[in-house]
This record gives sequence, C-alpha cells and structure tokens, in this order.
Amino acid sequence: MKSATNKKSPAPPAIEIGRETKSELYRLQLELRYCEKRAYDLFLQNLIKGTSHLSLGQEAIAAAFGVAMRPDDWTFCTYRGHAHTLARGASMEGVLGELMGRQCGLLGGKGGSMHLTDVAKGAMGSYAIIGAHLPVAAGAAWSAQYRGTEQVAVCFFGDGTTNIGAFHEALNFAAVWKLPVVYVCENNLYMEYTPISEVTAVEHPAADRASAYGLPSIIVDGNDADAVFKIASDALAKARAGGGPSLIEAMTYRHSGHSRADPGKYRPEGELEQWLLRDPLVMYRDRLLKEGFNEPTLKDMESIAMGKVDAATATAKASPLPSIDDIEKNVWADGGAAWRN
Amino acid sequence: MAELTYRDAVAAGIAQEMERDERVVFLGEDVAAAGGVFKATVGLLDKFGPKRVRDCPISEQAILGAAMGAAMTGLRPIAEIMFSDFLAVCWDIVANEIAKSRYMTNGQISLPLVIRTANGAGSRFGAQHSQAVENWAMMIPGIKVVAPAFPADVKGLLAAAVRDPDPVLFFEQKSLYSMKGEVPDGEYVDELGKAKVLRQGKDCTIVALASMVHKALDAAVILEKEHGIACTVIDLRSLVPLDTQTILGEVGKTGRLFTVEENPRLCGWGAEIVSIVAEECFWNLDAPIVRITTPHVPLPSADLLEDNTIPSVARIVREIRQKMDY
Repeated sequence: MKSATNKKSPAPPAIEIGRETKSELYRLQLELRYCEKRAYDLFLQNLIKGTSHLSLGQEAIAAAFGVAMRPDDWTFCTYRGHAHTLARGASMEGVLGELMGRQCGLLGGKGGSMHLTDVAKGAMGSYAIIGAHLPVAAGAAWSAQYRGTEQVAVCFFGDGTTNIGAFHEALNFAAVWKLPVVYVCENNLYMEYTPISEVTAVEHPAADRASAYGLPSIIVDGNDADAVFKIASDALAKARAGGGPSLIEAMTYRHSGHSRADPGKYRPEGELEQWLLRDPLVMYRDRLLKEGFNEPTLKDMESIAMGKVDAATATAKASPLPSIDDIEKNVWADGGAAWRN
Repeated sequence: MAELTYRDAVAAGIAQEMERDERVVFLGEDVAAAGGVFKATVGLLDKFGPKRVRDCPISEQAILGAAMGAAMTGLRPIAEIMFSDFLAVCWDIVANEIAKSRYMTNGQISLPLVIRTANGAGSRFGAQHSQAVENWAMMIPGIKVVAPAFPADVKGLLAAAVRDPDPVLFFEQKSLYSMKGEVPDGEYVDELGKAKVLRQGKDCTIVALASMVHKALDAAVILEKEHGIACTVIDLRSLVPLDTQTILGEVGKTGRLFTVEENPRLCGWGAEIVSIVAEECFWNLDAPIVRITTPHVPLPSADLLEDNTIPSVARIVREIRQKMDY
C-alpha cells in the first residue's frame, strides 16, 4: 500500500477544525457514501442504465473540499463526479433522478451520470473526456481574477489524467497567469484498469510534476477528511489572496471497480482489504468518538443521512420520464435546436 | 464609409466590441504584443491593455478551455486559433465541450464566446496550414459557423458573433486579409444566419463562401460577357445558421444550382445544400446540381499545384458552361 505521507510534502497547515465543521464533514461523507451505494443498488435493479463511476472509498476528498469552499466557488469534476456534485449542495433527488433518466434529474435526462452539473450551486460540470476540464477550470479562474471576485475554481481529476496533454497545458497556463484555481488529483492508484505506476515515469503522478510548473509538491492522505480539509483551506486561501494555483495529490483508493462494467479483478489479493481498514468513513467515525462525539449522536446522523437517501430515491422513482419533446430543446440559447430558416 | 482591409476590419470589429462591453476579452498566441501573425489584431493591446488582450503559450486546448471557462462564468471571450488546421489539436474542447455543454446540462451552461481562426488556401503553406475546414465545424450540433468574404462583413458579423449568446466559430479567409473594401463607420453590427445575394441572373444560381465568393463573382462576369450566361451569386456568410430560404428562393428562380467550395469533396458544406435543394426544390430544377469543390486530397503547396487544386475562376466558368447544356 502506498503511503500518503511523503518527505517532499510540506507540513500540513496548522488549522484548527471546530466541532461543527467536523460534524459537517462526517454528515457529508455519510451522504456521499450512502448515495453512491444506493446508486449501485439501483443499477442492480436495472433502474439506472448506461455506465457509472462511483466514488466509494474516495468520499473524504469531495466532502472536505465541499465544506472548505465558499458557496460561490466553482467545482469542475470528472465523470466520477456524483460525490463532488452532491458535496456542493446539489439535490440528491436531482442526482439520483438524473442517473435514472427522470424529469427531476439535474439535467432533465440530457446528461446522465457522467455530466452532473448544478450551476446554481457552483457545480460547473462533470466532464467525461479525460483532462478537458482542467483548462476550463483555468478559464473560470481567469474570469474570477479578471472581475476581482476572489472566487476560486477547484478542479478534481484522477491519476490517469496526469498523462494527457491537457493536464500540462492547463497547469502551465494557470501558473503563468497566476490563476485562482486548485487542481486536485485523486490518486486511487489505477488509471481505469491499469496500475498508474506501470504507465507513469514518476512515483507521484501529480506531485512529482508540480515543480515543472513552479508549484510546491503537495501530497495528502485523501482518506482523512481533516487532512484534506486543512490542505484545501490553505490552497483556497492562497488562491483567493492572489497567490496563484495549487496542485494537490490526494492518495486514496476506490472500493469498487472503475465503472459499472468493472469488477476490479486486476487488483492484487488483499489490496482492497488493506484499504478497507483505512475506509475514510470508518476512520472518521473512530476519530469523532475519540474526540468526544457520542455514539447516539453519530447513530442519529447516520440514520438521518440514510433517510435523506431513501427520500431522494422515492422522489426520483416517482418522477416522470422526460418528454420526447425535450430532444430538440436547449441546443441554443433560444431554447431550440434550429440550424436553418 | 471608410476603406479598410479585411485584416483591419478584424481589429475594428474586436475594438468596437471591447469598447462597448468590459466583459469582452481577447486571447491567443502572438495576438497582443505582436498584433497577430497576420497582423489582424494590431493596436488592441495598446488600446485595451494586457488585462484584456492576452498572449498565450502554444496551448490550444488551454486557450479554448480558458475561453470556455471564462464564458460560462460571465465573460465574453474572443479566442484566436492561429491557423484553422490547429483546431484539430483542440477539437475536443470545440466539439465535445463547447458545443455540447448547453445541451448536456439542459440549458444550465451558456457559452457566449467566439473562436476566430485563419482558414483556407492561397498562401502556399502546405496541407497543415492551408486547409478549408469549415465543414468540420458545420457538422457539430451546438456551434455556429461564420465565414465572411468582405471587410464590412468581417466587422459586422464579428460584432454579431461577440453579442451572440451561443459559441461561434469565425473563419477568416487568410488569402483575403489584404483585400480592401468599404466598411461602415461607427458602431456596425450585422446579423448571423443571413446569406446575401450579390448578383442576380436568370440562368443559374451559384452558392459560395469566403474566398470562393470572389471567384464566383469573377466567373459570373466572364460567363455573362463571353457566354451570355446570367448567374445569381449567393454569399452564404454563415453555415450555421444556414439561410436556406435565400438559397431555395434563388434556385427556384433559376432552376440551376452550382456550389463552389474550397473544402475537400466529401461531406463539404455544399453536399448539405444540395440535399436540401433536392428535397425541397426538386420540381423547380431544370438540370442536375453540380458541386465544384477541391478534389478529395490534402492541399499541396507549390503554386501550380495549389492553384489547380482549389476551384479557380477558369474551372468555375468551364464547369458551368458545360453543365448549362442540359
């Protein structure tokens, strides 16, 4: 198992995390976990079609950023984006409804699992072409810089993204223009089905390349919500203050395969079990108990989160299917699809 | 009216919009300090400063990605891709991201942005700096495609593109940059999706775009003078939206249609126009429709080869004369 600590990484920022924030971090991780599990169950019931890429095991990163970000900051994420979209406050029935192809879906059934977006909540899209959203996030950051709004764009991507050209173009561009953007590499050790170490020239695909853009090399335990929250808060503050971009590599592991079609059989025996011992939710729960949260409080939170997922599931299931009249809507700003007179 | 070159009309159009709207920003490679490799953006840096007119690294994905991110968060960027051939290295951002985002998000994301690019042959630059690729763009749902042939249209359509709420790919014809023409003074805005009938004749209709408009006009003069064939010439100006009413109306009058296209043969924009005319105007046709195009080859570089690859005035005259015998 790869260590999350690395001598090259600077010391974590000395930020105190209050009890309310900790409670919020746990609540959000619970909701993300339960909702992802529900998505998986709905697949098995054939209520969700197409493909889907779950963040099971990786929830701490999305949750920590979700709590650390300002409401008017922007999130850009990948096709593995259910958790990041929910973490910005997108409605759960909107997410599950979209996965199920219902009218109540965030995108009215037009986008599906890989394109979840909720602009009103600052979730500026899930992008299913590897690397494409890194320059887009830079552009949003440029807009914030230009208008002086102190908003920050946060861009999540996987370890595999570090080997595509857009990664390099965006990082260089953001560094040269000193843009308020935080790039977050979720290193779950596998690019789709292949170990990232087999296809990458350096050990840490993001952090080891940070120096190429004049950025510090930052590695964080992506399964520790507190650690990610501290790093996130630091990078967001730096960006807001005009200090330019950050590149963070968060070490984590996905509990399921790459997508719905992948049982993850390429993983060496025992690896998953090792990582399950470091399940972000289990670790966080243990920490909260040690820090004085009591068992009934946590149990309450868990049952409230499950209730929310159940209610969202029921709402989504009850939502009508989209209308076929929607097919030729919203290609253009006038709401239509006309290309000729 | 002032006489401006096509390249000066580009700068004039951008300047007009930047003066009007602070949200308009301009980025690209060598566009600021150098004023563009075709000198089409000279003076903009001095006028609007480095915050609004920005030089970029050779990173086409970053340039268009940045334009997209800026557009979805409230700016109205104009991005330059130096040669239209380079669109291929950032085609994902154009075809998968910019064109689809409004639809995929069910209208949540708006992308009021313009991609300007120098398109087409005539400079002996070879196959990677001379292609006419407007047909690549035309087949992608969600992006408007404009290609002016005259300096006035450059200014007016560029202004319209900047004000349009949808993404526009704006093809400037590099062989026309030095062409001069009258351009209206003061604020001038045209309308996207309107073709122009530049000349009317009773015998046939020629539909053309960008540099081919000028060749079609020259051919029409020769056909009339030397062969007594009177041609209508339509400058499409925009492929998306496509002004089919003007095309159908004019073809309906002459009964004969010729397209003159710089793009290689297969799936050129003329094929779509031919199909529309065949479906909707068939009974008004007096003869088979003819497409005059570049053959289906990458563009060669030498003078003699390039000139004989793209449709020439002589070839347009010859083909129309021959087919008028039907």
